[in-house]
Amino acid sequence: MGAVELGISAKMKPEVTSVGPLLAVRGLTKRYGARIGCADVGFDLWPGEVLGIVGESGSGKSTLLSCLAGHLAPDAGSVVFDTSEGPRDVLAMTEPERRRLSRTDWAFVHQNPRDGLRMGVTAGGNVGERLMAVGARNYGAIRDRATDWLGRVEIAAERIDDRPSAFSGGMQQRLQIARNLVTGPRLVFMDEPTGGLDVSVQARLLDLLRGLVREMGLSVIIVTHDLAVVRLLADRLMVMKSGHVVEQGLTDQVLDDPQHGYTQLLVSSVLQV
Amino acid sequence: MIEISGLSKTFTLHNQGSAVIRVMADAALSVAPGECVGLIGASGAGKSTLMRMVYGNYLAATGSIVIAGTDITKATPREIIALRRATLGYVSQFLRVVPRVPTLEVVAEPLRVLGHPAEEARARAAALLRQVNIPERLWSLSPTTFSGGEQQRVNIARGFIHPYPALLLDEPTASLDAANREVVLGLIAAAKARGAAILGIFHDEAARAQVCDRFVDVTAFTPQAAA
Repeated sequence: MGAVELGISAKMKPEVTSVGPLLAVRGLTKRYGARIGCADVGFDLWPGEVLGIVGESGSGKSTLLSCLAGHLAPDAGSVVFDTSEGPRDVLAMTEPERRRLSRTDWAFVHQNPRDGLRMGVTAGGNVGERLMAVGARNYGAIRDRATDWLGRVEIAAERIDDRPSAFSGGMQQRLQIARNLVTGPRLVFMDEPTGGLDVSVQARLLDLLRGLVREMGLSVIIVTHDLAVVRLLADRLMVMKSGHVVEQGLTDQVLDDPQHGYTQLLVSSVLQV
Repeated sequence: MIEISGLSKTFTLHNQGSAVIRVMADAALSVAPGECVGLIGASGAGKSTLMRMVYGNYLAATGSIVIAGTDITKATPREIIALRRATLGYVSQFLRVVPRVPTLEVVAEPLRVLGHPAEEARARAAALLRQVNIPERLWSLSPTTFSGGEQQRVNIARGFIHPYPALLLDEPTASLDAANREVVLGLIAAAKARGAAILGIFHDEAARAQVCDRFVDVTAFTPQAAA
């Protein structure tokens, strides 16, 4: 029974005792042959902060996210994460250490829920699986936690034994979020989380994400090309073009008083409704 | 509480022939705790630009804006976020919220991010919504569908829910009827009485005469034409 607790309480905001940034990135560079994926990217992410990364297709924002999350090996740079044992360079970790991190303190929400869910497993199983990966064994407790999390992402409890293939796109995305957040991560990577969804479903998801970020004190790095999404969700913004960060700052400042020509073009290209 | 000196602002339009537009030069003013200063000047003179710079929304070219010891023009995003959370409130003319979020939650949010319990934040939000005459049947709805005057009152309730030591008000009474206008002017007077430093833009002359202690004409900060 005790195993499922594991010091993770999804209802409580994690105690922030550290004084430094949660994630400190320096000189991160990834090349694809002669082509630049991302070049010399550096930033600090603080506990509870939401960082948006924007740019058009091919700007290097997804490459950057993959390098940060350990899905892609960068050519240079460091990604220092404030682990429970103190700051560690993630890039210098062993593969098992990194895998453990991505099951506990980190989470990754994919644009396509199919990439983040097990489509052949029930909704409850999808959420429970991540708990089991960190050592939970008691079936009843796992099912209770899964039910609780389905409720938090507004999926009815009676759908717990349905497979995600029977869910709508918006429901699948909410299930992916539940699966990721059930273990109480401290840092969540999101790749276009509202990308394939229609506008009313997007709004619901944004509202949900904002609430979870606040209640759990999550730090989030969110990649999107949708400026409206970052306006509502991100504290800070990084604008990428051709693999380089051309501008960064407070979200509303970057959007309302963009300094770089590319950012000015991006902002002025948004259709007003 | 708010100290501005040597402030200037330019916009560089990179996609329009790199035109450089100088919109403000050598602006200076200060607002003491318990004081309300009104910005005046013709439309386009730079009142809103100045307000946005004070809020950290626009970058300054030169000069300083010190609020409660923090210079906004040099602060990191993280410092500005912290300042906005606890110290610097802003009631803008427009309501920008996530669609679908109930009005009561929209108003309670500033207290929630400060860590107040949900119940306490909602109770305080309810009291303010009642005060600005938003009928209770609307509280569970998103304010995005409300009328202009209702949205403005929701914005005001949100801006006054936390006792910010410094407060920026952009046309807080613009689309309100006489009764609600009095309510808002009462809120402003109460904020002054508790020691808030307020910088505001009021087109409504009677309103500004009632709450402002003095005025600053931003026309004085218009850059002299080079030619």
